[in-house]
Amino acid sequence: MNLFKFSSPQTFYSLAGKLAPAFGVIAAVLAAIGLYISFFVAPTDAVQGEVYRIIFIHVPAAWMSMVIYLAMAFWSAIGLGLGTRVSFYMSKALAPTGALFCFLALWTGALWGRPTWGTYWAWDARMTSQLLLLFLYFGHIALTNAIEDARRADKAGAIIALVGAVNIPVIYFSVKWWNTLHQGSSINLTKISVVNTMLIGMLIMALAAWAYSIAVALVRVRSIILERERRTEWAGVEIAAQGGRA
Amino acid sequence: MKARHKRFLWIGAGVALLAISATLVLNAFNDNLVFFQTPSDVVDGKVPKGRNFRIGGMVEKGSVQRAPDGLTVHFVITDTVKSIPVTYKGALPDLFKDGKGAVAQGKLDADGSFIASEVLAKHDENYMPPEAKAAVDKAREAARTMRR
Repeated sequence: MNLFKFSSPQTFYSLAGKLAPAFGVIAAVLAAIGLYISFFVAPTDAVQGEVYRIIFIHVPAAWMSMVIYLAMAFWSAIGLGLGTRVSFYMSKALAPTGALFCFLALWTGALWGRPTWGTYWAWDARMTSQLLLLFLYFGHIALTNAIEDARRADKAGAIIALVGAVNIPVIYFSVKWWNTLHQGSSINLTKISVVNTMLIGMLIMALAAWAYSIAVALVRVRSIILERERRTEWAGVEIAAQGGRA
Repeated sequence: MKARHKRFLWIGAGVALLAISATLVLNAFNDNLVFFQTPSDVVDGKVPKGRNFRIGGMVEKGSVQRAPDGLTVHFVITDTVKSIPVTYKGALPDLFKDGKGAVAQGKLDADGSFIASEVLAKHDENYMPPEAKAAVDKAREAARTMRR
């Protein structure tokens, strides 16, 4: 299979149109199962009580916020290297979802921090670097929208995505490298410190977050493709078919 | 070498350079990136004199004493090597318990005890239901008595 075929905006537009609903359905089903396990099956935590259940949102959201940024950096590198426009569109389409998950992680973390630590916020390395990630997302969105020349905007956004990617390992390893208020990771390749049903709930919620992110990014990339390719013949036809004006 | 290979090389080199410089910067700021100092740091004199800082570690088992006024609490923070007595006046977070992690913010007194203005509980990465926790505690207790 020739992957370069999908670097054509037109081909990718129709592929995204086919895949998006499928991922949307997967996301909805997984989220329903995941939330059921999270709230009805998983046991109460011995130390924290019920408040721990925020991890079913918090951990998948935090993972997703990091994964999406890495995906943006990946597409940006591909875009800069191969000059494929669709790569930049993907990067741009992912940014708002990444920002959403990043905000969710910070927000649920604050709500959990108050009853457990005794504070909503502390300037420790984990939280500060995660806040920096939110600002990087905002920076990417603002910069790509602020520059008039679309191709220059793409390049500027790609550079922010690549430079900011350095922050991702800092977020992930911050709890290892420095002492922080935030606890170490409960799940990694060498050790799992949560009980089975909790783990399953968390993993299903994480998969739901993946499917949701893919679905919305594909929907968003379709409108970005139409907007940016509106001068081409096929996009003009497509826009007219949807009742819009090119 | 094709032009696109060259471009990827530049991107790779750029990111690598950035990662190296970030590592150097983070290394240089290492001491300022920690959220709290350990009791050993305090005893070794690594903490700023007469300034506020945070001290973190385990609350020593059986060291928590509440004063008759109902607000003042005395406890000992330890990293199992060195310990520092802490005095705090105020409400403690729910997860504050002896044998668990805590972070206190405040100043060192002249006599080497720590006067805290804020105390946070530090949670660990273990999540389990009460029955599992009881089993783990029991196993740990059994292991301890065997060693003796």
